[in-house]
Amino acid sequence: MMRVELVKRPQHSALFSALSPFIALGLTLVAGAIMFSLLGKNPLETFYYYFIDPLREMWSLHELAIKAAPLILIAVGLSVCYLSNNWNIGAEGQFIIGAVAGSILPVLFPQFQSWIVLPLMLLMGMAGGAAYAAIPAFLKVRFNTNEILTSLMLVYVAQLFNDWLVRGIWRNPQGMSFPGTAPFHEYAILPEIWPAAGRANWGFVFALVAAVAVWFMLSKMLRGFEVKVLGQSPRAGRFAGFSAPRMVFFAFLVSGALAGLAGISEVSGAIGHLNEKLSIGYGFTAIIVAFLGRLNPLGIVAAGLILALTYLGGEAASISVGLSDKVVRAFQGMLLFFVLGCDTLIHYKIRLVGTPLAKPAEA
Amino acid sequence: MGMFEAILLTIATAATPLLIAGVGELVVERSGVLNLGVEGMMIMGAVTGFGAALATGSPWLGFLAALVVGALFSLLFAVLTLSLATNQVATGLALTLLGLGFSGMLGERFVGMPGIKLGNLDIPYLSDLPVVGKLVFGQDPIFYLSVILTGGVAWFLFRTRAGLTLRSVGDNHGSAHALGINVIGIRYLAVMFGGACAGVAGAYLSLVYTPQWVENMTAGRGWIALALVVFASWRPWRVLAGAYLFGAVSIGQLHAQALGIGVPSQLLSSLPYLATIAVLVLISRNRRLTMINTPASLGRPFVPDR
Repeated sequence: MMRVELVKRPQHSALFSALSPFIALGLTLVAGAIMFSLLGKNPLETFYYYFIDPLREMWSLHELAIKAAPLILIAVGLSVCYLSNNWNIGAEGQFIIGAVAGSILPVLFPQFQSWIVLPLMLLMGMAGGAAYAAIPAFLKVRFNTNEILTSLMLVYVAQLFNDWLVRGIWRNPQGMSFPGTAPFHEYAILPEIWPAAGRANWGFVFALVAAVAVWFMLSKMLRGFEVKVLGQSPRAGRFAGFSAPRMVFFAFLVSGALAGLAGISEVSGAIGHLNEKLSIGYGFTAIIVAFLGRLNPLGIVAAGLILALTYLGGEAASISVGLSDKVVRAFQGMLLFFVLGCDTLIHYKIRLVGTPLAKPAEA
Repeated sequence: MGMFEAILLTIATAATPLLIAGVGELVVERSGVLNLGVEGMMIMGAVTGFGAALATGSPWLGFLAALVVGALFSLLFAVLTLSLATNQVATGLALTLLGLGFSGMLGERFVGMPGIKLGNLDIPYLSDLPVVGKLVFGQDPIFYLSVILTGGVAWFLFRTRAGLTLRSVGDNHGSAHALGINVIGIRYLAVMFGGACAGVAGAYLSLVYTPQWVENMTAGRGWIALALVVFASWRPWRVLAGAYLFGAVSIGQLHAQALGIGVPSQLLSSLPYLATIAVLVLISRNRRLTMINTPASLGRPFVPDR
């Protein structure tokens, strides 16, 4: 009988801190190769369509930026939450409410056409996402309610609310009874960065700016220190005079605002109107992005690009080798598993210990 | 059969999967482990249950397959959180995302196929009794098993030595370890029990509640089961009460939709989720009550030192 034994390292390993995401990616590729073979596909060919083919052309790089932008924006906000030990898993709902709140102007006041519309929409989107995230924060602070469950429940409520809007009072009368609002007017459209080359819009720039800003806050400002201290030891935080309830609100409001910004950017940039399927699960995939980026905003930029690549690669592989696009989510789920498993290497040495068969393993 | 009776019967079918998954998770949490992967284990149970029943023609074998797959799937979580001491919240989320992904992939071939429904009990004479006949003697077999399971778990946890050991592991893993109790081993068993229950609960959805396969068909029920455990303050019979309360809410809103009472269907559909939030707030605002009942080591990783 072999069993695994963990030996605590005196200090966390800087080497594995840097290496663990790459080990996890490698293991995911191995597991993915096995999965593709079981599905009857040639793994090398599939990997080519998954990870190389989407990077070969300019327009496709733009599509990558479009998919990566919401993932990075949301995950950067989640990093603040998770570092401060606030488990916001309802970013999907905050994304949707941000999209809805940001759409108020073009949908309800289509005559109001001016350059100021777009900035107002972005602000309203952020406010909407933040306000929606404030609900679980308030319930946690005031009533001691578990934020994991409340934030997740609010995702379903947000989805249903959006569904009601775009099938009901906000539906485009000229839309042939398809759910969705009328197309936004030109002042409500998030412009493309470089229209000659591809569709990527300013959402990607927002994502990069947010990542750098949050990175600066976390690593250079007192507030960032507060985030980490309260996350690792609430007691130590109290002695330092930091307020845990205020941190709950801070973390949820930041991540809600960023998820809301992602939502309105997606609607006014990539889609052009509000509809019932505006998210392909960005809010949940962003959780994977946050952990793959080791909760570091700069790492999250890289992780967001990788996960965006799996979306594009999934599409490419479904067209070229006939692999179901459902495989993408399984692949992403495996990645998170390996990431979490490999993070153990940072704090522990792993030893395989042989035990005598006669004596049961007393762990 | 009257309208009222029919509603009561459907409440039981809506409550049973919540009850089974909730009682399973209760045992896991009593051992000090927080497994947020219930939704993922349920959906894996739903897809394997459906597939196995379709392949063999027997819904019972479907349930058996779901039980085994649920337990094996939870083993992934156990290896990471117990042997590699990873963060339980994050790993549970990972299990849910993995389950949703895998089930979508595995279930693609089942979409739109007619399923096999597990029939209801039909005992001569007894099932034909007025009023109570169908309610007491004419439900599906899993309904009865879910009530037996609840009683069995209550008895095990609070009336047996093994149950006491499990609770001691959940309340203070350090002391339990010092007493020579195999903390990790017990937690492995508890997690796999929870996985098996979640698998069966998922199969109930695809073999009894709506005998078909739809992607994401658990629709948050795994999360509601998690909330039920908090609501029940970690006591089995209160999980049953909570499950029936939620069954009543979700069936009530379905009937309200069918009657077309002029309220948007989406608002009615969101009622179970809003009710979950409301109930959680009501329960957890009483800090003392939660403090007393929450297993003290819940969610904390345990690494034995020599």
